[in-house]
Amino acid sequence: MKSSTCRRALLGLFALVAIAALGACQREPQPEWRLTDVSGHLPDLDFRLTDDNGKPVTGADFKGKVVLMYFGYTHCPDVCPLTLTQLHVILDRLGAPADRVRILFVSVDPARDTPAIMHDYVNAFDKRAVGLVGSNADVEALAKRYRSAFTREPDRGDGNYEVSHSSAIYIFDGQGKARLLATPSAAQDDIVHDLHLLTSMEAQP
Amino acid sequence: MFRSLLTCALLASGTVYAAEPATVVASDGWVRVLPGNLPAGGYVTLRNETDRAVSIVSASSPDYADAMIHRSSTEGGMGRMEMVDSVPLPPSGKVTFAPGGYHVMLMQAKHPVKPGDAVSVTFTLSDGSKVPVTLTARPANATGP
Repeated sequence: MKSSTCRRALLGLFALVAIAALGACQREPQPEWRLTDVSGHLPDLDFRLTDDNGKPVTGADFKGKVVLMYFGYTHCPDVCPLTLTQLHVILDRLGAPADRVRILFVSVDPARDTPAIMHDYVNAFDKRAVGLVGSNADVEALAKRYRSAFTREPDRGDGNYEVSHSSAIYIFDGQGKARLLATPSAAQDDIVHDLHLLTSMEAQP
Repeated sequence: MFRSLLTCALLASGTVYAAEPATVVASDGWVRVLPGNLPAGGYVTLRNETDRAVSIVSASSPDYADAMIHRSSTEGGMGRMEMVDSVPLPPSGKVTFAPGGYHVMLMQAKHPVKPGDAVSVTFTLSDGSKVPVTLTARPANATGP
């Protein structure tokens, strides 16, 4: 009786070791992301919009760049500037690899945000930022694709209104694959850490 | 007799209370200047130097056509702003208007405001007193005052 328990325990141990060994052989070493890993859970970067120079652009135009995509609008005086400033500080901290990173600021306010307004706005934060505008339908489709949402709030009576919008930052690799999700409250250290990893993966041939 | 004395005392203390408005001291005031005539966020720390609770009920600025107290939140993953009627300022406490939280939304600058400029904002407290503060205009990507 006692020996059979012992044998069973030993067998169990062998099985565990075998599984662990198998796992180690089969799985490539995974980067130790600090942000939320969304690989395989969100679709690739794909859109048809107009950039802040008035040129039509698609997701494919950003191949080879790590993309940080964020939805917002220029009449947003607080949260959007805060997030864009944080991304600017993060890219400065990243140093040289930041050349391979682009911030895509997608307007959820097509009625007011023109390419010219977007151009001045994004460049006031970071030269690596690109403003994107499109029709309401185009932007809605893009937001839906990433399970993001935005709502135009009622007019305050003076023609001004706010737009509530998802505050997540979507991070894509150089192949346009969705890799990570960051919230504005994520630690800057964690975003810098993961961007170092992601840009170094891109640098490999 | 006693009751009328008490009433007098209460009335007197009430008078003293009204004649001595809350002392609120401002520090670290700044405005994030955005391009064009986009609305700007104003930030400041207000400290209540008295032992009485007050609240901030409105803001105005001679440099902007309109000023409103707002609060941002990113609760539930949604970035949104709401108008605020009253910001409590506890006795001997402070409240910080900072990015991502309370801010004064300054709309339609009456003249171009550029980094380095001084912007005047006057807060009105619940006891009717006014707190004039000077905020320094900072670039769009400034991280603080």
